[in-house]
Amino acid sequence: MANNILIVAEGRDGTLRKVSYELVTVANEMAKGLGGAVEAVTLGSDIGKCAESLAKTGVSKVYQVDDAAMATFAPEIFTAALSEVIKKAQPAVILLGATGFGKELGASVGARLDLGLITDCTSFAVDGGTLVMKRPVYAGKAVATVKPKSLPVMVSIRPNIFAPAAEGSAGAPIEKVNFTAPTPRAKVVEKVKKEAVSVDLAEAKFVVSGGRGARSAEGFEPIKQLAKTLGAAVGASRAAVDAGWIDYSTQVGQTGKTVAPQLYIALGISGAIQHLAGMSSSKVIVAVNKDPDAPIFKVADYGIVGDLFDVVPVLNEEFKKVLSEK
Amino acid sequence: MNVVVLIKRVPDTETRIQIKDGQVVTEGISWIISPYDEYGVEEALRLIEKYTGKVTLLCLGPDDAKETIRKGLALGADEAVHLNDPAFAGGDASTTAKVHAAALKKKQFDLVLAGKQAVDEDNAQVGVRVAELLDLPHVNSVIKLDLSDDKKSAKCLREVDGDRDLAETALPAIITTQQGLNEPRYPSLKGIMGAKKKPIVDWKAADLGLDPATLGAKGAKLEVINIEPPAARPPGKIIPGDAATAAKELVHLLHEEAKVI
Repeated sequence: MANNILIVAEGRDGTLRKVSYELVTVANEMAKGLGGAVEAVTLGSDIGKCAESLAKTGVSKVYQVDDAAMATFAPEIFTAALSEVIKKAQPAVILLGATGFGKELGASVGARLDLGLITDCTSFAVDGGTLVMKRPVYAGKAVATVKPKSLPVMVSIRPNIFAPAAEGSAGAPIEKVNFTAPTPRAKVVEKVKKEAVSVDLAEAKFVVSGGRGARSAEGFEPIKQLAKTLGAAVGASRAAVDAGWIDYSTQVGQTGKTVAPQLYIALGISGAIQHLAGMSSSKVIVAVNKDPDAPIFKVADYGIVGDLFDVVPVLNEEFKKVLSEK
Repeated sequence: MNVVVLIKRVPDTETRIQIKDGQVVTEGISWIISPYDEYGVEEALRLIEKYTGKVTLLCLGPDDAKETIRKGLALGADEAVHLNDPAFAGGDASTTAKVHAAALKKKQFDLVLAGKQAVDEDNAQVGVRVAELLDLPHVNSVIKLDLSDDKKSAKCLREVDGDRDLAETALPAIITTQQGLNEPRYPSLKGIMGAKKKPIVDWKAADLGLDPATLGAKGAKLEVINIEPPAARPPGKIIPGDAATAAKELVHLLHEEAKVI
């Protein structure tokens, strides 16, 4: 059996999410060791554009499961659709993004097809034909090395770790997969738009976070302005969330979100172990804190000892200058 | 109504994880109910306060997990099932889900709640897998839950990938819980005293009609071959000077040296 890899792409509002391109990079590298072809599947409603984009990333084939019943998320329908494609494509490895969507779909398809799923991997190796994955556990306080006892196996990859593949190849063939959607007992009936926060923390390139040093809800204003300048997602420490200064959905840490942006700016965050767990795999970490002994400085690449209210306005102006020069 | 909550015993989130010989050192750890499961326990208690009924906890773990189960009973749950068999140990999400599903088959329930993930292995699979194994609908990562008047369906607000969605599900269903759903209570003294008298039943593989060879480390599809500390980050630099000077220098370094801006 050929050791093919099947990428499960993820769309949003009709276009592919960045993590899908990152999965192509991972699959290409894996395929070198496993010796199979890389194929991809896109699932949803009216997703012709997603399929075409995917076909240009260098994959050898794209499966398109396009059904009006998949216009919003219904676990039973997506599970049935992906299971159908897996049975057809017979891959040795099924790659998903470790997003909310990918984790949920991976678990349900894993149960349906009796497959193992290695969640949220951040690195891998192919050792003598065997896949060996590394994944953070305890929210990053430790790293586990996990391997499947046999193939096929499902693997989800943490967003923002691998470089995205580019579109540029001649289009691969797109196969439309016919599929009879079951009547779902659970489904999303409405998208509820959230106010203010627009950049998803998990996929954000930049994250600007505030902590106890913000002192109040108003204290988050300069932090939010800096985030806006950078096009960054706003994050927060548990202390700031517990104090009610900012929405809990911004919490970064073991009981909040785990992030791995290119740049993480921690403002007035001391660096409790539960916070560090959620952001230590960021590429570059900046910390601004009044306390020179704050644990956050142990993980920071660049630190400023000072009050965030003195530092942030200057940062904001300086970033604006640099960004306008581009 | 009957609500079952799946709970897991995990190290307190303030715990520093120590590693020896490729494994986590468990001595000296203080154990808690996984925070995401705690939202499930709280929601179950609130539902029972509103509609009357019974809250049952289901917990897979070694003998020591009894202490964690008692914590859940102290919060107000009525009874518990301890899935306690050496054959369950060392499993992965697929074997753990298999055991929970078999146990749920023996229970009457209208709703199952479980944390969206446990904060130790962060697999985020068991609740969803159990739903699939039992052919039940599921809704993941829920931050608001409202049952219909006839308790045959539920409206759930879920938060996934930065979006908020309103989902509807028929009941019985499995709903996974997360931060934002509620504010978990603390146990009362009366609750702690009362928990000692509440029933905890132990179920083993044989009680569930499961073959031990398909469970735990033997039945797992995945093998954890090593646990190690995360790679240490290279030492950083503190930028000297007053706030304005340091801030200017920082932006310069991010642009020229780190090249992230």
